[in-house]
Amino acid sequence: MEQVLHFLGENVTMIYLLVFASFLGMEIISKVPTVLHTPLMSGANAISGVVIIGAIVLIRQADPGDFLVMGLGSLGIVLASINVVGGYAVTDRMLDMFKKKKK
Amino acid sequence: MNTIILNYIYLVSIILFIVGLKRLGSPDTARKGNLIAASGMGLAILITIVYPMENASNNYTWIILSVIVGAAIGMTVAKKVKMTAMPEMVSLFNGLGGASTMLISIVEFYNYPSGADPLNGQMLTTVFALFIGSISFTGSFIAYGKLQGFLRDSLVLPAPQVVNSIMLLLNIGVGAYLLMQPELDFNLVVILLALSLIYGVTFVTPIGGGDMPVVISLLNSFTGIGAALAGLIYDNEVMIFGGILVGASGTILTVLMCQAMNRSLINVIIGGFSSSGGGTSGSGREEVVKEANHNDTSIMLKYSQKVIIVPGYGLAVAQAQHTCHELEKRLESEGVDVKYAIHPVAGRMPGHMNVLLAEADVPYPKLLELEDANNEFPTTDVVLVVGANDVVNPAAKEDSSSPIYGMPILDVELAKNVVVLKRSMNPGYAGIQNPLFFGDKTKMLFGDAKSSIQKLIEEVGNA
Repeated sequence: MEQVLHFLGENVTMIYLLVFASFLGMEIISKVPTVLHTPLMSGANAISGVVIIGAIVLIRQADPGDFLVMGLGSLGIVLASINVVGGYAVTDRMLDMFKKKKK
Repeated sequence: MNTIILNYIYLVSIILFIVGLKRLGSPDTARKGNLIAASGMGLAILITIVYPMENASNNYTWIILSVIVGAAIGMTVAKKVKMTAMPEMVSLFNGLGGASTMLISIVEFYNYPSGADPLNGQMLTTVFALFIGSISFTGSFIAYGKLQGFLRDSLVLPAPQVVNSIMLLLNIGVGAYLLMQPELDFNLVVILLALSLIYGVTFVTPIGGGDMPVVISLLNSFTGIGAALAGLIYDNEVMIFGGILVGASGTILTVLMCQAMNRSLINVIIGGFSSSGGGTSGSGREEVVKEANHNDTSIMLKYSQKVIIVPGYGLAVAQAQHTCHELEKRLESEGVDVKYAIHPVAGRMPGHMNVLLAEADVPYPKLLELEDANNEFPTTDVVLVVGANDVVNPAAKEDSSSPIYGMPILDVELAKNVVVLKRSMNPGYAGIQNPLFFGDKTKMLFGDAKSSIQKLIEEVGNA
């Protein structure tokens, strides 16, 4: 318990920022036409692929001889980059259609 | 020095995410917004790969290769997928993001020095990241299966609420027990992993297919939170803030989608259409169906002043959006005013119909939103319902025992005539009977939406 309290104490600023970021995230989205819900969800989904950063850091620090870590970490990169690249590409395809018809 | 540069570049990435998301919220700027967010991501990935790191073995071959493989797969799938299958694609991508969070957490447990006390902030965060990543992974795949149709709604769990409550308690219990041990027991990690994966399945399985968009949006915000938790483990700002942004915006989006259906999130998760079954109509209408033929319908259309088309999931399934646009042009050339009424949750996902019709080059001003459409129905001669069902079901207004009671609907019965294009009398996705089909003004035109519309176009030409 003490350790957890210590962690909370050490990271007060971070926790403040998290709370503000949550409000920011909610504010950004609050007024969006239904038409854009699907592309927006898809775009946000692509951003959630940032977890790829963690997988990259993990592999950069990993011992190349440790095949379990290398295997799982690389798989993590592959999956997250499918999420990122596929997510942005799909969103772009959806939005491309909106643009064409406007003209 | 290096970390200072790194952190400021991350800050730029975060700003790009925020600006990108903001622009995604408006039709004019949406596409640019997506590109801005993508460039933020590209920047973050690039700097993470190249910045000098102390005691790093780097393993660049592995990283570059993995990124290339993932990007190639993602790009190919994204290009190949049909517009109609977009919702399930998003779900699939989301599941992979969750899986990545899960894998990272597993490795973090594996790397934790043996003999050290696991009760600390880092391990607590890792427990949460593993839990949320795993739920998002299996949950998204179940949602994918449901939308693809190979997982039926009839696949029900006995007493889903009880099962899910037990699963949640078990997960919390095992997670807490794991942290209380004097040293990290990897067996407990495996048990927690298995329980979380199963919980993802039991969480989504009882929810009806019609509610999948809401679930996908919810799981999307889970993946965001998972990424943020993984960011806490690595003390990595771009992961934390990118993750939180998605977590928060995903939650709001989920709530907005629920509002569009006039239901609460709790109701979607706990209630579900499936448990309430097929409530029969209490409106006392005579259950007689009047069948229409193509010839009559086409003449009726041709000599109308105003026609409104109500598309639904059937249009997507039949890939009839182009044919629909042709019919619209044909009728316009006869001097008929043709518009489309788009229900917020028509299809499998909000905006689904807009995307499809946009693909067929239907002009933007022709698409009416729910309220505008309901104002126009009284002056409309013919409403053509193409493969929509629940969104035009008057039971939502009339029958308080109906599972969709209270959902705003397109009030097509205000129009002079209603023609419903439908394959059969099978009830819609929510599994509820639709009294509209037995209404006085309603005629049914059975058959595949695309070939029916094709015939209508020909007949309009002949008539």
